Amino acid sequence: MSETGYDYRVVRGFAFSALFWLVIGLTVGLWIAFEMFNPVLNLTPWLSFGRLRVVHTNGLGLGFGLAGIFSTAYYILQRLTRTPLAFPGLARAHLYLFNTAIALAAVSLFAGLNTTREYAELEWPLDVGVVILWVMFAVNVFATLIKRKEKQMYISLWYIIAMTVTIAVLYIVNNLAVPVTLFKSYSIYAGANDANVEWWYGHNIVGFIFTVPVLAMFYYFLPKATGLPIYSHRLSIISFWSLIFAYLWTGAHHLMLTPLPEWIQTVAIGFSIFLIAPSWGSVVNGYYTLQGNWDQMRSNYLVKFFIIGITFYGLQTLQGPLQGLRTLNAFFHYTDWVVGHVHMGTMGWVAMVISASFYYMIPRITGNELYSVKLANIHFWLILGGQLIWTITMWIGGIQQGAMWKATNPDGSLMYNFLDSVTSLYPYYRLRFAAGVVYFIGILIFAWNLIMTVRKRPIEA
Amino acid sequence: MGIYSKPVVFAVLSAAVILVGTVVTVFIPMFMPSTQPVSPYVKPYTAVELEGRDIYIREGCNNCHTQTVRPLRTEVLRYGEYSKPEEFAYDRPFLWGSRRTGPDLNRVGGKYPDSWHYRHMQSPQGMFEKSNMPPYGWLAENPLDTRYSIKKISVLGYGYSATEVEQQIADYRAKVTAEDYDSKETRDQVTPAPLRGGLTEMDAMIAYLQKLGRDVKNLEAEK
Repeated sequence: MSETGYDYRVVRGFAFSALFWLVIGLTVGLWIAFEMFNPVLNLTPWLSFGRLRVVHTNGLGLGFGLAGIFSTAYYILQRLTRTPLAFPGLARAHLYLFNTAIALAAVSLFAGLNTTREYAELEWPLDVGVVILWVMFAVNVFATLIKRKEKQMYISLWYIIAMTVTIAVLYIVNNLAVPVTLFKSYSIYAGANDANVEWWYGHNIVGFIFTVPVLAMFYYFLPKATGLPIYSHRLSIISFWSLIFAYLWTGAHHLMLTPLPEWIQTVAIGFSIFLIAPSWGSVVNGYYTLQGNWDQMRSNYLVKFFIIGITFYGLQTLQGPLQGLRTLNAFFHYTDWVVGHVHMGTMGWVAMVISASFYYMIPRITGNELYSVKLANIHFWLILGGQLIWTITMWIGGIQQGAMWKATNPDGSLMYNFLDSVTSLYPYYRLRFAAGVVYFIGILIFAWNLIMTVRKRPIEA
Repeated sequence: MGIYSKPVVFAVLSAAVILVGTVVTVFIPMFMPSTQPVSPYVKPYTAVELEGRDIYIREGCNNCHTQTVRPLRTEVLRYGEYSKPEEFAYDRPFLWGSRRTGPDLNRVGGKYPDSWHYRHMQSPQGMFEKSNMPPYGWLAENPLDTRYSIKKISVLGYGYSATEVEQQIADYRAKVTAEDYDSKETRDQVTPAPLRGGLTEMDAMIAYLQKLGRDVKNLEAEK
């Protein structure tokens, strides 16, 4: 920290906030995974599935995801501009306000203050808070960029800029509402329009939180961790612009065969297929960066996380567009297949890359060696195995349920009632819970490893 | 390369790039009649139905139940007529959902008597042993809060006057507390004695569920 004057306290603060919300979010996840096959855990209104599922998605998406993004963005920003943060005090206030807001968000969702807009469930006063937090972050990003000492902006900075701009547009447009009281508001949009706005947001929040900034991490930390330059600068330029252009057209593939006008659905299908190209541009760039140096998969524990992470990104971006096709969507939509899809992206790609980024950053900003590479390897294998069992189980369950919904007798009547299609999934739900426990143990080891790394020796101011 | 060393220009350009798809697929459709068709057969929610809908929202029912029947043969067989855009003209927010842990509810109105719902909400497992639905018996222990009903209806622009809102609440209360209410016995079983004379959250929730899909029957009859 010292010689360059970089502000690493906020980087560390956000990293450990991310770990904290990760553990909380996964605990809630395990709780609701259990409720899926045994409703006995719906003990109180606060612990009923309908409320808890939202705490799980927001806790991990906003709590873990955003904190991980802020932590790595503040680090990457300073390193790539060779400039200390423009406003370190503002960044610190950002850290404290962020954690306060997430805590309030969790309490409000437990209490049932929920707008039902997926991944934007917070009621309007908290939305205002989120916008303020975002402005605080954006001010530091742009002020530091303007003051920067390094003229050329590297790929990761493009992704951070695109995220900063796009999230602001998405969040504000989607959350426009008329308040009734402090705790209740109604969307300004109605019916099909409301659905279209919400899934434009819902799809792109995944794109600009779970893809764009994670790619920023990937493009920065992979070359850093391996000592190898990115394979193709030109490929990264093409991938970047085509990715951010095409993403915004695809939200309606979440609304296939609903009363939304058909042309919007069809346009979304077309652009979804197109998105395979820029997504795989980054995958290919990642793989080719390692060409001739694949021995690092064995010798460098960080490379495993990055390469397996980008592999899941590649699989995710193939699976997504395919399940957006009308015929496949008619079969898979509303089943656990989609739940499996989402979790491959989050548990596989996002968590893998954030894990490796933290393993790279934390020792460097504290001046300590990583507490244990062996534990990091165990963490890797537990979250990989846990995630694979988790998602594959859900895909099989999804296929089964989709087939049961469509099955008819020779006379044309339905073969199964709805409840049969639910209870037949309970064995899968039990296996999914077990896989979640394995994953959770991996994450606890991750957190422990980083805590012990920081604890080794107090940081020199 | 010029723009890669100009952060502000880069940000403006990024904003322009992301706005193209946004404008074409989201902003322009907002003003097209096809995203907001209306029908004289689809009526706004009454105050009690709206309060029930707000409880449905509060409890996150949309996390497990969809409200859109797709135009697929087996789906129409299972739930009924597929969903039409007109039906959702008064839905703010929309509640189409994204996962069917439980069945679709867009056509549930009128499918079962109120007594079925009182019993099912009280104990889903009492009715279907292996169901994984959380029990919601406690909704019958909460008196319905109608303090903001008039304001809500006016914010939503449903066109009912304050007197009409009060009348709707009084009428529904009279219906479920009447001696000859067809589901009186079950309602009394799930509702604590001191609350039986007024409206509870469960009454409102059932009023809302019974409204779902009712209007589409009139709409179809016209065609």
